[in-house]
Amino acid sequence: MRSQFNRSRLVVFGLLLVLAASMLFPFYWMAITSLKGKADVFSTEPKLLPGRQLAERVVDDPRWFFHSETGNYSQLLAWQRLVESGRGPRGFSRFVLNTVFFALAITLGQVITSSLAAFAFARLRFPGRKQIFFSYLATLMIPATVTMIPSYILLRELGWVNTYQAVILPSVFTAYGTFMLRQFFLTIPREIEDAARIDGCSPLGLYWRIALPLSTPALAALSIVAFVGSWRTFMWPLIVSSSEDLFNLPLGLTLFRGMYTDPDWPLLMAGSMVMTLPMILVFVAGQRYFVEGIRLGAVKG
Amino acid sequence: MRSRALGIAALFLLPNLLGFLAFTLFPVVASFALSFCRWDPVAEAVSAIEPVGLRNYLDLLGFHGRTDPGGQTSWVANTPRFWESLYNTVFMMLAIPFNMAASLLLAVLLNRKMRGMAIFRTAFFLPSITAGVGTMLLWMWMFNKDLGSINQVLAWVGIQGPDWLQSYFWAKPALMLMASWASIGGVNMILYLAGLQQIPRELHEAAALDGAGRWRQLRHVTVPMLMPVTFFIFIISIISGLEGGFDAPFVMTGGSFGTTTVSLYLYRQGFEFFRMGYASAVAWVLFLIVFLLTMINWRLAEKRVEY
Repeated sequence: MRSQFNRSRLVVFGLLLVLAASMLFPFYWMAITSLKGKADVFSTEPKLLPGRQLAERVVDDPRWFFHSETGNYSQLLAWQRLVESGRGPRGFSRFVLNTVFFALAITLGQVITSSLAAFAFARLRFPGRKQIFFSYLATLMIPATVTMIPSYILLRELGWVNTYQAVILPSVFTAYGTFMLRQFFLTIPREIEDAARIDGCSPLGLYWRIALPLSTPALAALSIVAFVGSWRTFMWPLIVSSSEDLFNLPLGLTLFRGMYTDPDWPLLMAGSMVMTLPMILVFVAGQRYFVEGIRLGAVKG
Repeated sequence: MRSRALGIAALFLLPNLLGFLAFTLFPVVASFALSFCRWDPVAEAVSAIEPVGLRNYLDLLGFHGRTDPGGQTSWVANTPRFWESLYNTVFMMLAIPFNMAASLLLAVLLNRKMRGMAIFRTAFFLPSITAGVGTMLLWMWMFNKDLGSINQVLAWVGIQGPDWLQSYFWAKPALMLMASWASIGGVNMILYLAGLQQIPRELHEAAALDGAGRWRQLRHVTVPMLMPVTFFIFIISIISGLEGGFDAPFVMTGGSFGTTTVSLYLYRQGFEFFRMGYASAVAWVLFLIVFLLTMINWRLAEKRVEY
């Protein structure tokens, strides 16, 4: 009985190992390709392993990766083409900085605006609360493709096309975040709130000193969703920015890809690594909250 | 007192509400109105928006109206591009049931108290959290005809792989394969895992006592108990399947080889051919389809999921 139990555990473990390896293989392939030279991918060596040329090259010259003519990552950072603004860094490093800026601004904006609104819906009494909340809920189902065109027209009439605020603003207000945080605020016991009220706490104080600190997991979950979502956002920036000055990594990478008829895959994979790794790190750091957030947003809703 | 409460609530609500009005509520109303109009955003000012009645809708259904100088309108059949893109979209959604089954299977494997389960969960989740232009370029490289890893592996077993993304037959399956990779270990698996943990242990124990093996327990206990989760995932997958699917064809195939989805078609019409009214009509037809499917699903769910 005991040994059979162990054997079934072993089978499951082995199965999981194989599945995980095949899910992770693309990342491995991306990483090793990003370390190769352009010509290496044409060699006849077994290509699924890091390869001998790579090892030889590093032995020859340990600083190989850091030469802007040879190492893909250094080559990326040295790449420049921007001509438009003349302000700030140019080229690939600009795409990286834009991406970081967009992601931080959108995340911060989402957390602030949706937690404030969620607090009002969960904890304040005011005329029209039900109706407004219901209209929020109703719009959760409306596809982005419906709102995209008038949003673009609105920003164009404001003269904001090709500006940072055009990329950031429409993504800052989220009905989903508001809904998720409201669900969480509702679970905070009324007694805590009443006690604070008796001690003379204002609504703003309740929000700042009680609702927010008690909701760290939900806020962390929303932050991760917002950060990763805005880090990889593609369609909206594509619509409102034609200037390379404003490109984020996704747009920058497609620009890169389009420049060659015969793509330099190792270089492109290095770019993909730069875009992909930060999302992995953010997720691994905060995944506990993230998983909790999915349950909150979906199962209860 | 009432007005004070309203004032305080307004302070909390306003930042979000203003954005909601500007970028959700106004666009919804405006988009609906625009779908009955004709407007070229490059050549004309906003004041030139001109009502054309149902013409956009008839156009996308396959009848093109031409008005001659005398004011006579004649209707001709046009190329039904919209239907093509809808077909492509729906075709690529055929992977949904398989993806859901795979998610469930992963969740069942992960749902046990064993060391290392959290690491496996993370590993399975990584494709979905990183999916974006970076991983799309990666898959383009993997799908490469001569040098890509997929055809190399196929070559080991003596199969000469196709040129995946440049073939009418293989382009859709290639995109579906990538989408499956990015979805089976993601949110759906987590939802299934949460659902599994809510099934009372006694049910499985009772089934085991009655002589049900692993497979029969899965079929007769686990799957029925997970019906609500399954319905939820199914609805969400259908909605996102119909609405999404822009980035991958845009980046990987440019919409060639039968991969133009409805959202890519809509983008092209609106922002490349500058037919804003027509693109809005496409968006509303898409929304209508999503809305109807959701309603039907809800009705079915009410009938079948009973507690």
